[in-house]
Amino acid sequence: MSTVLTDTVVLTRRSLRHVLRSPDTIITTAITPIAMLLLFVYVFGSAIDTGDGPGEAYVDYLLPGILLITVASGVAYTSYRLFLDLQSGFLDRLRSMPIARSAVLWAHVLTSLVANLVSLALVVLVAVAMGFRSGAGLLAWLGVLGIMVVFTLALTWLAVVAGLTAKSTDGAGGFAYPLLFLPFLSSAFVTTDGMPGPVRWFAEHQPVTSIVDTLRRLYAEEPLGDDVWTALAWCVGLLVLAYALAMRSYRRRTSG
Amino acid sequence: MTTEPRATPTHPPAIEVVGLLKSFGDHEVLRGLDLTVAPGSVHALLGSNGAGKTTAIRILSTLLRPDGGRAAIDGHDVATEPARVREAISLTGQFTAVDDVLTGHENLVLVGQLRHIADPAATADTMLARFGLTEAGDRRAATYSGGMRRRLDIAMSLVGDPSVLFLDEPTTGLDPEARIEVWRTVRELAAQGTTILLTTQHLEEAEQLADRISILHGGRIIVEGTLEELKALLPPARVEYVEKRPSLEEIFLSVVGSAS
Repeated sequence: MSTVLTDTVVLTRRSLRHVLRSPDTIITTAITPIAMLLLFVYVFGSAIDTGDGPGEAYVDYLLPGILLITVASGVAYTSYRLFLDLQSGFLDRLRSMPIARSAVLWAHVLTSLVANLVSLALVVLVAVAMGFRSGAGLLAWLGVLGIMVVFTLALTWLAVVAGLTAKSTDGAGGFAYPLLFLPFLSSAFVTTDGMPGPVRWFAEHQPVTSIVDTLRRLYAEEPLGDDVWTALAWCVGLLVLAYALAMRSYRRRTSG
Repeated sequence: MTTEPRATPTHPPAIEVVGLLKSFGDHEVLRGLDLTVAPGSVHALLGSNGAGKTTAIRILSTLLRPDGGRAAIDGHDVATEPARVREAISLTGQFTAVDDVLTGHENLVLVGQLRHIADPAATADTMLARFGLTEAGDRRAATYSGGMRRRLDIAMSLVGDPSVLFLDEPTTGLDPEARIEVWRTVRELAAQGTTILLTTQHLEEAEQLADRISILHGGRIIVEGTLEELKALLPPARVEYVEKRPSLEEIFLSVVGSAS
């Protein structure tokens, strides 16, 4: 068992080096959401009414959606790096060595988790500089962190599936675009009240809305309601499904 | 042709393959492959593209499961004891599997750590020196030439002293100078007692390096033996006087000044 751990640590360090040495991955993961934050708060923000009463800054409303977008754009690099490992024969080298096999995929997943948490921290810092404030206690923030971790793991395992099944480097990262679009059809940017019937129905029943609403309530110190269970069910359900799919694609890609 | 030049009765063969079968869908790639490689020898698997060479190597290095037959490395079955087999082998695949983002040194340390050897950094230094890469050790592998990448690739395969090395078309895509570098490396390894199974499409490569040669065709070994034995299969040589012209390769090497 200890070799699983040490092998995972060694391989995680390796792919973290990849992250550190490719500044573009850091830039696109953190800068794009920050640019969106600036754009929506300072350009569109004045025209958006989130109806949350006086004193509520739009940046407070917007932040959870931006956090999800950060993760959705960050996980694409996992597909990309995994695909390169497959294509270059590096994965074959690892698989023909006496190492714990699960270490190979977990290293990529843990790297994604670390890299995304760093990007998320950067985004939160910028939001604070723009006036984001919260009086929430440690427990509420741990709740936010927990949801973000499970959400990141779920999307990362999806990214693993994409990386293992891709035919080209473009295809490996392409799966993330629909994920980036989902927040726009949710309560992430505006409340769902003003949306036309079918759009509103979709927005209120897709995972982003419940996750975003839960995060918002956590740091606004509001009662959580049922949304938290819906959000957790989506995150955990997605994680289990993505993990199972990833294991299946791994077996397919590495046998036959 | 079935004599084993160096195997002693107490040692199992380094590689033993009996009746190996593998199909992909309807396509039968291996149809009863038999192969025995004595410890410490260099064996070439010669065959044209699609003959099944890579499939055989992938089965022997535990990356692929055979449909039938048996394959063992140092007496350990590849299907039932893959972990033991991985301890004994190292694979240098058709494509140089080095990490381009890491430096040469970091690549070697990575393999050393994954093989749980005592001092990965010191071993990395030794390997860099042995393969003439000390100068380049702190540069990213992406900046290496094709020959340097292949040498790093082979160096990574040797970390942890595997007893059996698979080289799948080790010189494909290399220029003549780099190819000669790789040949020199293979000869050095053989001299130190590493068992090497190499695949190649180039007859000259097999002739240069191998103690024994197997010709793989249609998923089976159709001929096996030493170079002399294979030559004996041909009609006896006639003596002819022909003006010997240098081959283009000889010209190239003498012009660029590395023919030795």
